[in-house]
Amino acid sequence: MVGDRGWKKAGLVALFLLPALIPLLVFRIFPMLASLVVSMTKWNLLRPPVFLGFDNYVEVLSDAKFHRALLNTLYYMVGYLPLVLVGAIAIAVLLNSKLKGATFFRGIYFLPVVTSWVVVALLWKWLLSPQGGMVNYVLGLVGIQGPGWWTDPNWAMPAIIIASVWKDLGFNMLILLAGLQSIPDHLYEAATIDGATRWQKLRFVTLPLLTPSILFAMILAMIGAFQVFDQVWVMTEGGPAGATTVVMEQVVKNAFKYGLMGEASAMSWVLFAIILLFTVFQLKFQKRWVHYGD
Amino acid sequence: MATESKTAVWVRTIVIAVGGMVFLFPFVWMVSTSLTTTGELFRLPPQLIPNPVDGSAYERLFTQVPILRWVLNSVVVSLAVTFLQVMTSAMAAYAFTRLSFRGRNAIFVLFLATLMVPFQVMVVPLFIELRYMGMLDSYAGLIIPEMAMPFGVFLLRQAFLGLPRELEEAAFMDGAGHVRNFLTLVLPLSKPAIATVAVFSFMGSWNNFLWPLIIINSPDLMTLPLGLSSLSSRFVTDWNLVLAGATISVLPIVAVFLFAQRYVLQGVAMSGLKG
Repeated sequence: MVGDRGWKKAGLVALFLLPALIPLLVFRIFPMLASLVVSMTKWNLLRPPVFLGFDNYVEVLSDAKFHRALLNTLYYMVGYLPLVLVGAIAIAVLLNSKLKGATFFRGIYFLPVVTSWVVVALLWKWLLSPQGGMVNYVLGLVGIQGPGWWTDPNWAMPAIIIASVWKDLGFNMLILLAGLQSIPDHLYEAATIDGATRWQKLRFVTLPLLTPSILFAMILAMIGAFQVFDQVWVMTEGGPAGATTVVMEQVVKNAFKYGLMGEASAMSWVLFAIILLFTVFQLKFQKRWVHYGD
Repeated sequence: MATESKTAVWVRTIVIAVGGMVFLFPFVWMVSTSLTTTGELFRLPPQLIPNPVDGSAYERLFTQVPILRWVLNSVVVSLAVTFLQVMTSAMAAYAFTRLSFRGRNAIFVLFLATLMVPFQVMVVPLFIELRYMGMLDSYAGLIIPEMAMPFGVFLLRQAFLGLPRELEEAAFMDGAGHVRNFLTLVLPLSKPAIATVAVFSFMGSWNNFLWPLIIINSPDLMTLPLGLSSLSSRFVTDWNLVLAGATISVLPIVAVFLFAQRYVLQGVAMSGLKG
Protein backbone atom coordinates (compact mmCIF):
# COMPACT_ATOMS: atom_id res chain seq x y z
CA MET A 1 0.00 0.00 0.00
CA VAL A 2 2.62 2.53 1.09
CA GLY A 3 4.83 1.69 -1.88
CA ASP A 4 1.89 2.08 -4.20
CA ARG A 5 1.05 5.54 -2.86
CA GLY A 6 4.72 6.46 -3.01
CA TRP A 7 4.85 5.61 -6.71
CA LYS A 8 1.67 7.54 -7.36
CA LYS A 9 3.12 10.57 -5.62
CA ALA A 10 6.38 10.28 -7.52
CA GLY A 11 4.42 10.05 -10.75
CA LEU A 12 2.53 13.20 -9.86
CA VAL A 13 5.71 15.13 -9.08
CA ALA A 14 7.24 13.91 -12.35
CA LEU A 15 4.14 14.92 -14.29
CA PHE A 16 4.27 18.48 -13.01
CA LEU A 17 8.00 19.01 -12.76
CA LEU A 18 9.63 17.20 -15.67
CA PRO A 19 8.19 19.27 -18.58
CA ALA A 20 10.25 22.19 -17.27
CA LEU A 21 13.09 20.29 -15.62
CA ILE A 22 14.09 18.14 -18.60
CA PRO A 23 14.50 21.05 -21.05
CA LEU A 24 16.31 22.98 -18.33
CA LEU A 25 18.79 20.15 -17.86
CA VAL A 26 19.18 19.32 -21.56
CA PHE A 27 19.22 22.79 -23.08
CA ARG A 28 20.64 25.01 -20.31
CA ILE A 29 22.56 23.15 -17.60
CA PHE A 30 24.19 20.55 -19.84
CA PRO A 31 25.43 23.07 -22.46
CA MET A 32 26.72 25.27 -19.66
CA LEU A 33 28.82 22.46 -18.22
CA ALA A 34 29.76 21.18 -21.66
CA SER A 35 30.98 24.66 -22.48
CA LEU A 36 33.77 24.22 -19.93
CA VAL A 37 34.88 21.03 -21.67
CA VAL A 38 34.58 22.50 -25.16
CA SER A 39 36.67 25.49 -24.07
CA MET A 40 39.56 23.11 -23.45
CA THR A 41 39.54 21.59 -26.91
CA LYS A 42 40.41 22.46 -30.46
CA TRP A 43 37.26 21.60 -32.36
CA ASN A 44 35.95 22.78 -35.70
CA LEU A 45 33.07 20.24 -35.83
CA LEU A 46 34.55 18.66 -38.96
CA ARG A 47 37.24 16.65 -37.19
CA PRO A 48 37.11 15.05 -33.73
CA PRO A 49 37.99 17.45 -30.91
CA VAL A 50 41.58 17.57 -29.64
CA PHE A 51 42.13 18.18 -25.93
CA LEU A 52 44.28 21.23 -25.27
CA GLY A 53 43.91 21.98 -21.58
CA PHE A 54 44.06 25.70 -20.88
CA ASP A 55 45.72 26.65 -24.17
CA ASN A 56 42.60 28.37 -25.48
CA TYR A 57 42.46 30.55 -22.39
CA VAL A 58 46.10 31.52 -22.78
CA GLU A 59 45.46 32.20 -26.45
CA VAL A 60 42.36 34.32 -25.78
CA LEU A 61 43.98 36.31 -22.99
CA SER A 62 46.94 37.21 -25.17
CA ASP A 63 44.93 37.82 -28.34
CA ALA A 64 45.08 41.44 -29.51
CA LYS A 65 41.66 41.13 -31.15
CA PHE A 66 40.13 40.01 -27.87
CA HIS A 67 41.81 42.88 -26.02
CA ARG A 68 40.37 45.32 -28.51
CA ALA A 69 36.93 43.73 -28.18
CA LEU A 70 37.10 43.85 -24.39
CA LEU A 71 38.24 47.50 -24.39
CA ASN A 72 35.45 48.41 -26.79
CA THR A 73 32.93 46.59 -24.59
CA LEU A 74 34.19 48.61 -21.61
CA TYR A 75 34.02 51.81 -23.69
CA TYR A 76 30.42 50.96 -24.54
CA MET A 77 29.64 50.34 -20.88
CA VAL A 78 31.30 53.55 -19.65
CA GLY A 79 29.28 55.59 -22.14
CA TYR A 80 26.02 53.71 -21.80
CA LEU A 81 25.66 53.13 -18.04
CA PRO A 82 25.72 56.73 -16.75
CA LEU A 83 23.49 58.00 -19.55
CA VAL A 84 20.85 55.31 -19.18
CA LEU A 85 20.83 55.45 -15.37
CA VAL A 86 20.85 59.23 -14.92
CA GLY A 87 18.25 59.58 -17.69
CA ALA A 88 16.07 56.92 -16.11
CA ILE A 89 16.36 58.48 -12.63
CA ALA A 90 15.45 61.91 -13.99
CA ILE A 91 12.40 60.68 -15.88
CA ALA A 92 11.25 58.40 -13.07
CA VAL A 93 11.44 61.27 -10.55
CA LEU A 94 9.59 63.59 -12.92
CA LEU A 95 6.92 60.98 -13.70
CA ASN A 96 6.39 59.92 -10.10
CA SER A 97 3.61 61.63 -8.10
CA LYS A 98 0.52 63.15 -9.58
CA LEU A 99 0.86 64.18 -13.18
CA LYS A 100 -1.77 64.28 -15.87
CA GLY A 101 -1.12 61.61 -18.46
CA ALA A 102 1.62 59.90 -16.43
CA THR A 103 0.45 56.44 -17.57
CA PHE A 104 0.45 57.60 -21.18
CA PHE A 105 4.00 58.95 -21.02
CA ARG A 106 5.21 55.92 -19.09
CA GLY A 107 3.91 53.86 -22.02
CA ILE A 108 5.77 56.03 -24.54
CA TYR A 109 9.08 55.78 -22.70
CA PHE A 110 8.58 52.03 -22.47
CA LEU A 111 7.75 51.48 -26.15
CA PRO A 112 11.39 51.07 -27.30
CA VAL A 113 11.85 48.37 -24.64
CA VAL A 114 9.31 46.07 -26.30
CA THR A 115 10.69 46.75 -29.78
CA SER A 116 13.19 44.24 -31.11
CA TRP A 117 16.86 45.16 -31.20
CA VAL A 118 16.99 44.59 -34.93
CA VAL A 119 14.30 47.20 -35.53
CA VAL A 120 15.91 49.66 -33.11
CA ALA A 121 19.32 49.21 -34.71
CA LEU A 122 18.00 49.63 -38.25
CA LEU A 123 15.93 52.65 -37.23
CA TRP A 124 18.88 54.41 -35.60
CA LYS A 125 21.17 53.51 -38.44
CA TRP A 126 18.77 55.45 -40.63
CA LEU A 127 18.33 58.34 -38.15
CA LEU A 128 22.12 58.63 -37.79
CA SER A 129 22.82 58.08 -41.46
CA PRO A 130 25.43 60.53 -42.80
CA GLN A 131 23.27 60.70 -45.91
CA GLY A 132 19.70 61.91 -45.40
CA GLY A 133 19.81 61.14 -41.67
CA MET A 134 17.42 63.13 -39.50
CA VAL A 135 19.89 63.70 -36.64
CA ASN A 136 22.52 65.33 -38.81
CA TYR A 137 19.82 67.43 -40.48
CA VAL A 138 18.67 68.75 -37.08
CA LEU A 139 22.28 69.35 -36.02
CA GLY A 140 22.75 71.24 -39.29
CA LEU A 141 19.82 73.52 -38.40
CA VAL A 142 21.71 74.72 -35.34
CA GLY A 143 24.90 75.10 -37.32
CA ILE A 144 26.68 71.88 -36.32
CA GLN A 145 28.24 69.72 -38.98
CA GLY A 146 27.19 66.21 -37.91
CA PRO A 147 29.78 63.42 -37.99
CA GLY A 148 29.58 60.32 -40.17
CA TRP A 149 28.35 58.30 -37.16
CA TRP A 150 28.51 54.60 -38.02
CA THR A 151 30.81 55.22 -40.98
CA ASP A 152 33.38 57.03 -38.82
CA PRO A 153 35.58 54.93 -36.46
CA ASN A 154 35.46 57.71 -33.84
CA TRP A 155 31.69 58.05 -33.88
CA ALA A 156 30.47 54.50 -34.49
CA MET A 157 30.50 53.53 -30.81
CA PRO A 158 28.73 56.73 -29.69
CA ALA A 159 26.08 55.94 -32.34
CA ILE A 160 25.56 52.50 -30.82
CA ILE A 161 25.46 53.99 -27.31
CA ILE A 162 22.78 56.54 -28.32
CA ALA A 163 20.57 53.82 -29.80
CA SER A 164 21.07 51.62 -26.72
CA VAL A 165 20.19 54.39 -24.28
CA TRP A 166 17.01 55.13 -26.22
CA LYS A 167 16.03 51.48 -26.15
CA ASP A 168 16.80 50.67 -22.50
CA LEU A 169 15.90 53.89 -20.69
CA GLY A 170 12.25 52.88 -20.22
CA PHE A 171 13.16 49.58 -18.62
CA ASN A 172 15.38 51.25 -16.03
CA MET A 173 12.79 53.97 -15.51
CA LEU A 174 10.24 51.33 -14.59
CA ILE A 175 12.47 49.61 -12.04
CA LEU A 176 13.16 53.01 -10.45
CA LEU A 177 9.45 53.96 -10.47
CA ALA A 178 8.72 50.81 -8.50
CA GLY A 179 11.42 51.88 -6.06
CA LEU A 180 10.03 55.43 -5.81
CA GLN A 181 6.56 54.15 -5.08
CA SER A 182 7.82 52.17 -2.11
CA ILE A 183 9.14 55.32 -0.38
CA PRO A 184 6.62 56.03 2.41
CA ASP A 185 4.73 59.35 2.22
CA HIS A 186 5.27 60.17 5.88
CA LEU A 187 8.96 60.81 5.22
CA TYR A 188 8.04 63.57 2.76
CA GLU A 189 5.48 64.93 5.20
CA ALA A 190 8.10 65.02 7.95
CA ALA A 191 10.53 66.77 5.62
CA THR A 192 7.85 69.33 4.72
CA ILE A 193 7.21 70.05 8.40
CA ASP A 194 10.94 70.54 8.86
CA GLY A 195 10.76 73.15 6.11
CA ALA A 196 12.73 71.24 3.49
CA THR A 197 12.70 72.63 -0.03
CA ARG A 198 11.84 70.39 -2.94
CA TRP A 199 15.47 70.12 -3.88
CA GLN A 200 16.38 69.09 -0.33
CA LYS A 201 13.65 66.44 -0.32
CA LEU A 202 15.05 65.03 -3.55
CA ARG A 203 18.60 65.11 -2.26
CA PHE A 204 18.03 63.82 1.29
CA VAL A 205 14.88 61.68 1.04
CA THR A 206 14.22 60.47 -2.50
CA LEU A 207 17.72 59.71 -3.77
CA PRO A 208 19.08 57.92 -0.68
CA LEU A 209 15.97 55.73 -0.43
CA LEU A 210 16.13 55.02 -4.14
CA THR A 211 19.69 53.67 -3.98
CA PRO A 212 18.69 49.97 -3.60
CA SER A 213 16.67 50.24 -6.84
CA ILE A 214 19.50 52.13 -8.52
CA LEU A 215 21.92 49.37 -7.53
CA PHE A 216 19.60 46.72 -8.93
CA ALA A 217 19.10 48.60 -12.21
CA MET A 218 22.84 49.25 -12.41
CA ILE A 219 23.79 45.58 -12.00
CA LEU A 220 21.24 44.47 -14.60
CA ALA A 221 22.37 47.21 -17.02
CA MET A 222 26.01 46.30 -16.48
CA ILE A 223 25.43 42.59 -17.14
CA GLY A 224 23.52 43.51 -20.29
CA ALA A 225 26.24 45.92 -21.40
CA PHE A 226 28.94 43.26 -21.16
CA GLN A 227 26.89 41.09 -23.49
CA VAL A 228 26.14 43.82 -26.04
CA PHE A 229 25.65 42.11 -29.41
CA ASP A 230 22.44 42.58 -31.46
CA GLN A 231 22.81 46.33 -32.02
CA VAL A 232 26.49 46.01 -32.91
CA TRP A 233 25.82 43.17 -35.33
CA VAL A 234 23.06 45.03 -37.13
CA MET A 235 24.49 48.57 -37.09
CA THR A 236 28.19 48.03 -37.77
CA GLU A 237 29.14 44.31 -37.63
CA GLY A 238 32.06 45.44 -35.49
CA GLY A 239 33.31 48.02 -37.97
CA PRO A 240 34.35 50.38 -39.32
CA ALA A 241 37.92 49.08 -39.06
CA GLY A 242 37.16 47.18 -35.87
CA ALA A 243 36.08 50.33 -34.01
CA THR A 244 33.01 48.62 -32.53
CA THR A 245 34.19 45.04 -32.24
CA VAL A 246 32.87 43.67 -28.91
CA VAL A 247 33.35 40.43 -27.00
CA MET A 248 30.09 38.69 -27.97
CA GLU A 249 30.61 39.62 -31.59
CA GLN A 250 34.06 37.96 -31.40
CA VAL A 251 32.49 34.86 -29.79
CA VAL A 252 29.93 34.54 -32.58
CA LYS A 253 32.48 35.19 -35.34
CA ASN A 254 35.00 32.75 -33.89
CA ALA A 255 32.46 29.98 -33.45
CA PHE A 256 30.25 30.34 -36.47
CA LYS A 257 32.44 32.02 -39.05
CA TYR A 258 35.87 30.54 -38.35
CA GLY A 259 34.73 27.27 -36.71
CA LEU A 260 36.83 27.83 -33.59
CA MET A 261 34.42 26.29 -31.06
CA GLY A 262 37.02 25.92 -28.32
CA GLU A 263 38.29 29.48 -28.50
CA ALA A 264 34.78 30.89 -28.66
CA SER A 265 33.78 28.94 -25.55
CA ALA A 266 36.90 30.03 -23.70
CA MET A 267 36.13 33.62 -24.66
CA SER A 268 32.60 33.41 -23.31
CA TRP A 269 33.88 31.97 -20.02
CA VAL A 270 36.41 34.77 -19.68
CA LEU A 271 33.58 37.25 -20.26
CA PHE A 272 31.40 35.47 -17.71
CA ALA A 273 34.23 35.58 -15.17
CA ILE A 274 34.62 39.32 -15.75
CA ILE A 275 30.88 39.86 -15.35
CA LEU A 276 30.91 37.91 -12.07
CA LEU A 277 33.90 39.88 -10.85
CA PHE A 278 32.24 43.22 -11.58
CA THR A 279 28.96 42.09 -9.99
CA VAL A 280 30.67 40.89 -6.81
CA PHE A 281 32.66 44.12 -6.71
CA GLN A 282 29.49 46.18 -7.00
CA LEU A 283 27.77 44.18 -4.28
CA LYS A 284 30.78 44.69 -1.99
CA PHE A 285 31.12 48.37 -2.84
CA GLN A 286 27.40 49.01 -2.27
CA LYS A 287 27.86 49.55 1.49
CA ARG A 288 29.47 52.87 0.65
CA TRP A 289 26.42 54.32 -1.07
CA VAL A 290 23.31 52.14 -0.83
CA HIS A 291 20.89 52.89 2.02
CA TYR A 292 18.54 50.19 3.16
CA GLY A 293 15.60 51.70 5.09
CA ASP A 294 13.98 49.89 7.98
CA MET B 1 4.47 66.73 -2.42
CA ALA B 2 1.17 68.58 -1.94
CA THR B 3 3.11 71.82 -1.64
CA GLU B 4 4.22 71.76 -5.26
CA SER B 5 3.20 74.96 -7.00
CA LYS B 6 1.17 75.05 -10.21
CA THR B 7 4.15 76.39 -12.15
CA ALA B 8 6.32 73.52 -10.98
CA VAL B 9 3.73 70.97 -12.13
CA TRP B 10 3.61 72.70 -15.50
CA VAL B 11 7.38 72.70 -15.86
CA ARG B 12 7.45 69.02 -15.02
CA THR B 13 4.68 68.20 -17.47
CA ILE B 14 6.39 70.11 -20.26
CA VAL B 15 9.78 68.43 -19.67
CA ILE B 16 8.12 65.01 -19.65
CA ALA B 17 6.07 65.80 -22.76
CA VAL B 18 9.03 67.13 -24.73
CA GLY B 19 11.10 64.12 -23.70
CA GLY B 20 8.19 61.88 -24.70
CA MET B 21 8.02 63.48 -28.14
CA VAL B 22 11.76 62.93 -28.63
CA PHE B 23 11.27 59.31 -27.59
CA LEU B 24 8.30 58.78 -29.85
CA PHE B 25 9.79 60.55 -32.86
CA PRO B 26 11.95 57.67 -34.19
CA PHE B 27 8.79 55.54 -34.53
CA VAL B 28 6.97 58.34 -36.36
CA TRP B 29 9.96 58.78 -38.64
CA MET B 30 10.08 55.03 -39.27
CA VAL B 31 6.47 54.99 -40.52
CA SER B 32 6.99 58.20 -42.46
CA THR B 33 10.11 56.88 -44.23
CA SER B 34 8.37 53.61 -45.08
CA LEU B 35 5.74 55.66 -46.96
CA THR B 36 8.26 57.76 -48.91
CA THR B 37 9.24 57.10 -52.53
CA THR B 38 12.84 56.08 -53.10
CA GLY B 39 13.47 59.29 -55.03
CA GLU B 40 12.33 61.51 -52.14
CA LEU B 41 14.30 59.64 -49.41
CA PHE B 42 17.31 61.94 -49.30
CA ARG B 43 15.47 65.17 -50.06
CA LEU B 44 16.23 68.20 -47.91
CA PRO B 45 14.52 69.37 -45.80
CA PRO B 46 13.10 65.97 -44.78
CA GLN B 47 9.32 65.71 -45.04
CA LEU B 48 7.52 64.53 -41.91
CA ILE B 49 4.43 63.74 -43.94
CA PRO B 50 5.76 62.26 -47.16
CA ASN B 51 4.70 63.96 -50.34
CA PRO B 52 3.49 61.92 -52.12
CA VAL B 53 2.41 59.28 -49.59
CA ASP B 54 3.54 56.14 -51.32
CA GLY B 55 2.97 52.48 -50.51
CA SER B 56 5.34 51.05 -53.10
CA ALA B 57 7.94 50.05 -50.48
CA TYR B 58 5.30 47.76 -48.93
CA GLU B 59 4.39 46.45 -52.38
CA ARG B 60 8.03 45.60 -53.11
CA LEU B 61 8.35 44.08 -49.65
CA PHE B 62 5.53 41.66 -50.38
CA THR B 63 6.58 40.85 -53.94
CA GLN B 64 10.41 40.74 -53.77
CA VAL B 65 10.96 39.52 -50.22
CA PRO B 66 9.40 36.50 -48.41
CA ILE B 67 8.08 38.82 -45.69
CA LEU B 68 4.80 36.92 -45.24
CA ARG B 69 6.76 33.77 -44.67
CA TRP B 70 8.90 35.54 -42.04
CA VAL B 71 5.81 36.90 -40.30
CA LEU B 72 4.29 33.43 -40.32
CA ASN B 73 7.50 31.90 -38.92
CA SER B 74 7.66 34.49 -36.16
CA VAL B 75 3.99 33.99 -35.28
CA VAL B 76 4.25 30.19 -35.20
CA VAL B 77 7.49 30.15 -33.20
CA SER B 78 6.44 32.85 -30.74
CA LEU B 79 3.03 31.35 -30.06
CA ALA B 80 4.47 27.85 -29.63
CA VAL B 81 7.22 29.09 -27.32
CA THR B 82 4.78 31.19 -25.30
CA PHE B 83 2.33 28.31 -24.89
CA LEU B 84 5.07 25.85 -23.90
CA GLN B 85 6.81 28.25 -21.53
CA VAL B 86 3.61 29.22 -19.75
CA MET B 87 2.53 25.59 -19.38
CA THR B 88 5.87 24.22 -18.19
CA SER B 89 6.41 27.17 -15.84
CA ALA B 90 2.94 26.91 -14.33
CA MET B 91 3.26 23.15 -13.83
CA ALA B 92 6.70 23.44 -12.25
CA ALA B 93 5.51 26.30 -10.06
CA TYR B 94 2.62 24.09 -8.95
CA ALA B 95 5.03 21.30 -8.04
CA PHE B 96 7.17 23.76 -6.07
CA THR B 97 4.22 25.14 -4.11
CA ARG B 98 1.66 22.32 -3.76
CA LEU B 99 3.61 19.05 -3.82
CA SER B 100 6.20 18.05 -1.27
CA PHE B 101 9.12 15.94 -2.38
CA ARG B 102 12.74 15.45 -1.53
CA GLY B 103 15.12 17.97 -3.13
CA ARG B 104 12.36 20.48 -3.83
CA ASN B 105 14.36 23.50 -2.70
CA ALA B 106 17.54 22.30 -4.37
CA ILE B 107 15.76 21.93 -7.71
CA PHE B 108 14.19 25.36 -7.37
CA VAL B 109 17.62 26.85 -6.69
CA LEU B 110 18.82 25.12 -9.88
CA PHE B 111 16.14 27.02 -11.83
CA LEU B 112 17.18 30.29 -10.21
CA ALA B 113 20.85 29.62 -10.86
CA THR B 114 20.31 29.39 -14.62
CA LEU B 115 18.75 32.86 -14.46
CA MET B 116 22.12 34.22 -13.39
CA VAL B 117 24.17 32.57 -16.13
CA PRO B 118 24.10 34.56 -19.35
CA PHE B 119 22.96 32.78 -22.50
CA GLN B 120 26.27 33.46 -24.21
CA VAL B 121 28.10 30.98 -21.95
CA MET B 122 26.05 28.10 -23.34
CA VAL B 123 25.47 29.24 -26.89
CA VAL B 124 28.35 27.37 -28.55
CA PRO B 125 27.73 23.93 -26.95
CA LEU B 126 23.98 24.35 -27.42
CA PHE B 127 24.60 24.83 -31.12
CA ILE B 128 26.77 21.69 -31.21
CA GLU B 129 24.14 19.74 -29.26
CA LEU B 130 21.38 20.71 -31.68
CA ARG B 131 23.62 19.79 -34.56
CA TYR B 132 23.89 16.24 -33.19
CA MET B 133 20.14 16.18 -32.59
CA GLY B 134 19.58 17.23 -36.19
CA MET B 135 17.59 20.29 -35.14
CA LEU B 136 19.64 23.01 -36.84
CA ASP B 137 17.80 25.07 -39.41
CA SER B 138 14.35 23.91 -38.27
CA TYR B 139 11.28 25.07 -36.35
CA ALA B 140 12.12 22.48 -33.69
CA GLY B 141 15.50 24.13 -33.15
CA LEU B 142 13.82 27.48 -32.60
CA ILE B 143 11.14 26.14 -30.25
CA ILE B 144 12.25 23.11 -28.24
CA PRO B 145 15.41 24.53 -26.59
CA GLU B 146 13.26 27.41 -25.30
CA MET B 147 10.74 25.16 -23.52
CA ALA B 148 11.83 26.00 -19.98
CA MET B 149 11.57 29.57 -18.68
CA PRO B 150 13.24 29.96 -15.26
CA PHE B 151 11.97 33.53 -14.85
CA GLY B 152 8.40 32.29 -15.48
CA VAL B 153 8.83 29.53 -12.89
CA PHE B 154 10.07 32.10 -10.40
CA LEU B 155 7.23 34.55 -11.04
CA LEU B 156 4.48 31.94 -10.98
CA ARG B 157 5.85 30.32 -7.85
CA GLN B 158 5.52 33.70 -6.11
CA ALA B 159 1.99 34.08 -7.47
CA PHE B 160 0.89 30.56 -6.43
CA LEU B 161 2.31 31.08 -2.93
CA GLY B 162 0.14 34.16 -2.60
CA LEU B 163 -3.16 32.43 -3.42
CA PRO B 164 -5.61 31.86 -0.56
CA ARG B 165 -5.72 28.15 0.26
CA GLU B 166 -9.32 27.77 1.52
CA LEU B 167 -10.87 27.04 -1.88
CA GLU B 168 -8.24 24.43 -2.69
CA GLU B 169 -8.65 22.73 0.67
CA ALA B 170 -12.39 22.54 0.06
CA ALA B 171 -11.78 21.05 -3.39
CA PHE B 172 -9.45 18.40 -1.95
CA MET B 173 -12.12 17.56 0.67
CA ASP B 174 -14.54 17.00 -2.22
CA GLY B 175 -12.10 14.48 -3.63
CA ALA B 176 -10.41 16.57 -6.31
CA GLY B 177 -6.88 15.51 -7.28
CA HIS B 178 -3.91 17.72 -7.98
CA VAL B 179 -4.46 17.77 -11.73
CA ARG B 180 -8.03 19.01 -11.33
CA ASN B 181 -7.01 21.47 -8.63
CA PHE B 182 -4.31 22.85 -10.92
CA LEU B 183 -6.55 23.19 -13.95
CA THR B 184 -9.77 24.42 -12.36
CA LEU B 185 -8.55 26.49 -9.40
CA VAL B 186 -4.89 27.49 -9.37
CA LEU B 187 -4.60 28.42 -13.06
CA PRO B 188 -7.81 30.50 -13.28
CA LEU B 189 -7.04 32.27 -10.00
CA SER B 190 -3.59 33.33 -11.22
CA LYS B 191 -4.65 34.88 -14.51
CA PRO B 192 -2.80 38.21 -14.02
CA ALA B 193 0.52 36.50 -13.21
CA ILE B 194 0.07 34.08 -16.09
CA ALA B 195 -0.66 36.98 -18.43
CA THR B 196 2.54 38.68 -17.26
CA VAL B 197 4.59 35.55 -17.96
CA ALA B 198 2.88 35.06 -21.33
CA VAL B 199 3.58 38.63 -22.44
CA PHE B 200 7.23 38.40 -21.41
CA SER B 201 7.59 35.06 -23.11
CA PHE B 202 5.99 36.33 -26.32
CA MET B 203 8.08 39.49 -26.45
CA GLY B 204 11.27 37.58 -25.75
CA SER B 205 10.59 35.10 -28.50
CA TRP B 206 9.28 37.62 -31.05
CA ASN B 207 12.36 39.81 -30.62
CA ASN B 208 14.97 37.05 -30.28
CA PHE B 209 17.87 37.54 -32.67
CA LEU B 210 21.07 35.79 -31.59
CA TRP B 211 19.66 32.25 -31.49
CA PRO B 212 17.87 32.29 -34.88
CA LEU B 213 20.93 34.03 -36.35
CA ILE B 214 23.08 31.11 -35.27
CA ILE B 215 20.92 28.15 -36.21
CA ILE B 216 18.84 29.29 -39.21
CA ASN B 217 20.23 29.37 -42.73
CA SER B 218 17.25 28.92 -45.05
CA PRO B 219 15.51 32.19 -45.93
CA ASP B 220 12.25 30.24 -45.66
CA LEU B 221 12.81 29.56 -41.96
CA MET B 222 13.95 33.02 -40.97
CA THR B 223 12.03 34.84 -38.27
CA LEU B 224 11.24 38.53 -38.75
CA PRO B 225 14.26 40.01 -36.91
CA LEU B 226 16.59 37.75 -38.85
CA GLY B 227 14.88 38.47 -42.16
CA LEU B 228 14.97 42.21 -41.48
CA SER B 229 18.65 42.21 -40.72
CA SER B 230 19.30 40.30 -43.94
CA LEU B 231 17.31 42.97 -45.80
CA SER B 232 19.55 45.75 -44.60
CA SER B 233 22.63 44.08 -45.97
CA ARG B 234 21.00 43.12 -49.27
CA PHE B 235 19.35 46.48 -49.98
CA VAL B 236 22.01 48.78 -48.67
CA THR B 237 20.35 52.17 -48.82
CA ASP B 238 16.82 51.06 -49.63
CA TRP B 239 15.65 52.62 -46.39
CA ASN B 240 11.96 52.81 -47.25
CA LEU B 241 11.88 49.06 -47.89
CA VAL B 242 13.85 48.22 -44.74
CA LEU B 243 11.69 50.49 -42.58
CA ALA B 244 8.47 49.16 -44.12
CA GLY B 245 9.64 45.75 -42.88
CA ALA B 246 10.50 47.24 -39.50
CA THR B 247 7.04 48.82 -39.26
CA ILE B 248 5.37 45.49 -39.99
CA SER B 249 7.46 43.77 -37.34
CA VAL B 250 6.77 46.44 -34.70
CA LEU B 251 2.98 46.47 -35.12
CA PRO B 252 2.14 43.15 -33.39
CA ILE B 253 4.42 43.85 -30.47
CA VAL B 254 3.02 47.35 -29.99
CA ALA B 255 -0.48 45.88 -30.14
CA VAL B 256 0.41 43.25 -27.53
CA PHE B 257 2.01 45.93 -25.39
CA LEU B 258 -0.90 48.38 -25.54
CA PHE B 259 -3.33 45.54 -24.87
CA ALA B 260 -1.30 44.09 -21.99
CA GLN B 261 0.57 47.17 -20.73
CA ARG B 262 -0.58 46.56 -17.17
CA TYR B 263 0.92 43.06 -17.10
CA VAL B 264 4.20 44.09 -18.69
CA LEU B 265 4.77 46.98 -16.29
CA GLN B 266 3.71 44.83 -13.35
CA GLY B 267 6.18 42.12 -14.38
CA VAL B 268 9.13 44.51 -14.60
CA ALA B 269 8.17 46.05 -11.26
CA MET B 270 8.02 42.58 -9.68
CA SER B 271 11.40 41.58 -11.06
CA GLY B 272 12.71 44.92 -9.81
CA LEU B 273 11.42 44.35 -6.31
CA LYS B 274 13.24 41.11 -5.84
CA GLY B 275 16.55 43.00 -5.84
